[in-house]
Amino acid sequence: MRATSPAFKDNAAQALADTRLQKALVFTRPTFPSRRAAAVAALPEFESLRDIGRDIKDHTLANLDFYLESWAGKVERAGGKVHWCSTADEARAAVLAICQRVGARTVTKGKSMISEELAINEHLEQHGITPVETDLGEYILQLRREPPSHIIAPAFHLNREDWEESFRASHTELPADRVFADRRDILAEARARLRARFLAADVGITGANFLIAETGSSVIVTNEGNGDLTQTLPRVHIVLASIEKMVPTLEDACTLLRLLARSATGQEMTVYTTFSTGTRRPDELDGPDEYHVVLIDNGRSAMLGSTFQPMLRCIRCAACLNHCPVYFTVGGHAYGWVYPGPMGSVLTPLLIGLDKAGHLPNASTFCGKCESVCPVKIPLPGLMRQWRERQFERHLTSRSARAGLGVWGWLAQRPKDYRRVTQAIAWGLGRLGRKCGRFSSLPLAGNWTSGRDLPAPEGETFFTRYAREQRAGRI
Amino acid sequence: MSRETVLEAIRQGLRRGRLPDEEAAVLRARLAAHPRHVIPARSRLPQSGQVALFVRQVEKEYGTVARVTDFDTVPDAIADYLAAQNLPPAFVLAPHPELRAIPWAARPLLRIREGRAEPTDLLSVQHGYAAAAETGTLMLPSAAARPTTLNLLADNAIVILRTCRVVGALEEAWDLLRAEWQDTATGGFMPRNVMLVTGPSRSADIESTLELGAHGPRRLHVVLVGNDAVAMPGDGGDG
Repeated sequence: MRATSPAFKDNAAQALADTRLQKALVFTRPTFPSRRAAAVAALPEFESLRDIGRDIKDHTLANLDFYLESWAGKVERAGGKVHWCSTADEARAAVLAICQRVGARTVTKGKSMISEELAINEHLEQHGITPVETDLGEYILQLRREPPSHIIAPAFHLNREDWEESFRASHTELPADRVFADRRDILAEARARLRARFLAADVGITGANFLIAETGSSVIVTNEGNGDLTQTLPRVHIVLASIEKMVPTLEDACTLLRLLARSATGQEMTVYTTFSTGTRRPDELDGPDEYHVVLIDNGRSAMLGSTFQPMLRCIRCAACLNHCPVYFTVGGHAYGWVYPGPMGSVLTPLLIGLDKAGHLPNASTFCGKCESVCPVKIPLPGLMRQWRERQFERHLTSRSARAGLGVWGWLAQRPKDYRRVTQAIAWGLGRLGRKCGRFSSLPLAGNWTSGRDLPAPEGETFFTRYAREQRAGRI
Repeated sequence: MSRETVLEAIRQGLRRGRLPDEEAAVLRARLAAHPRHVIPARSRLPQSGQVALFVRQVEKEYGTVARVTDFDTVPDAIADYLAAQNLPPAFVLAPHPELRAIPWAARPLLRIREGRAEPTDLLSVQHGYAAAAETGTLMLPSAAARPTTLNLLADNAIVILRTCRVVGALEEAWDLLRAEWQDTATGGFMPRNVMLVTGPSRSADIESTLELGAHGPRRLHVVLVGNDAVAMPGDGGDG
């Protein structure tokens, strides 16, 4: 996937002007937080599970080589094969080689963000193999040639009219004047279309939410059942998994599963949570003859031992996106690469470079909501701040921003002067704004006020007020 | 592309070489002991309470439950369900000894095929291995007697489950599998595929609004067999 992250500012401006997108954002914004809050309220142990979840992931990462080797041994014993890949190129080549060896013409796919990261669809298409996305959201995005805008609800930015338009344009064998009375009709049409695809596919590709060392299993969670049809019906099942998906035991997976669905959609458990371990056994009536896991590093090992290691705890639940005021103002596409929102703002610079993705860690108000809802307690604002510091050190920030920071830094080191200057500004703006209570334009802050108004200060600073209250003996 | 390159990069990040033997032994012991973490209190109930919780949770997740006292009454329960849903009296049945032993002849109009599901099947009847009350989750491990396609392909899925197989937490369902199952290929307890199923298939991809029946079954119906008070023997006849 070609990154448009360097153009984040333009992308964001376009997103703000896109009325269809804004309609979808306004419609969806309240749903995720309220569903999560209800699920969390129904499980008193949730907070302690977050600590345990964090500790399980930290323990696994500290011993990742050991657990990967244990897991790989179990996979092979169950008739599977592990393909160890350091880079995205190696992973693409491994997938293609399997598909070509078995003479695959069509490949069905379950939803997988790592497959977006690898741009596997484009690679297969270039070699004459047709990939078919089977997750409902991913399916319509493939018809529209769009990337996902959210890591678990890839097409939430589309409205019903968009679905109907795309289906009419793509499913030309159906009567053009058919009526979609409600959402169920759209769903039924996709179900019927994709059934034929599931049955015809030579290879099924899924991602993995977890790999389990104890048993050599890969785990997927879905609500639709598409991932299960993808991995059950074709002769060959390929799992794409990055190395940090590892957990030691089924008990560890149970704890993380209790966190995952609640944090993601507010469900207590996804409809299908499926553990796959090797190939069809001799006496079985169904299941794949070949089971491959393409295990991918692609930049993860470089995060180990660094400031950014906590990011490897991420279980891709999307709670940080769902609670982010910036994400729900500009949508996912503005971020310009695979992973949007706060988790993407930390991860993307690591995977495509800070020079390309430098805007992303700045696209945050640092309200801290992302960290407070993260099921494995990743300090997302702290990690974004790390990127801002590195940008400053590497002179990647603009000259005016550096000059502004320089002035502020100089002043902040002189507390008396700092208070005097801020008092003067607060007093001045307070008087000027007394009438209407806000400013719609200000000198030197035109960019800022073009998107919103600045509320007028009350006329005194916190420090002045605090000192006054203290003198009066009220605090 | 090699195993050693990937492992070496990980060790470099962790700033250490291969784990010393004694540390690896500690980790092997953790894998062998697979310690439990916090188990939510909601499922810490006597078995009858767990069965009631299981039923509530399945219904909350848009599934349905019918309760019968013994296997002899299962054909009636299924025939009633088919009639209520206006479905033809035909289904594909898991070739499991417990299900084969059901006196299906009591309802001679039922057309039954044993085996894996085909895309044209409107109804499948699967054998339930166990269930976790905590979330209303069925555990369906693959086996010759329990084909995976029965969980997925038909429009309507029925799972027949004995009440004594309802446990509280997911961990307890895994423990049943650990104690009872031996995989033919690995000698371990893990079958090729274990599906944990919580309600019928659904999607909220269109305008973030839930619709049932995405790619898997549109309806999930559980037939619970047995009295809560009667303890039944383990799942020995499986395979």
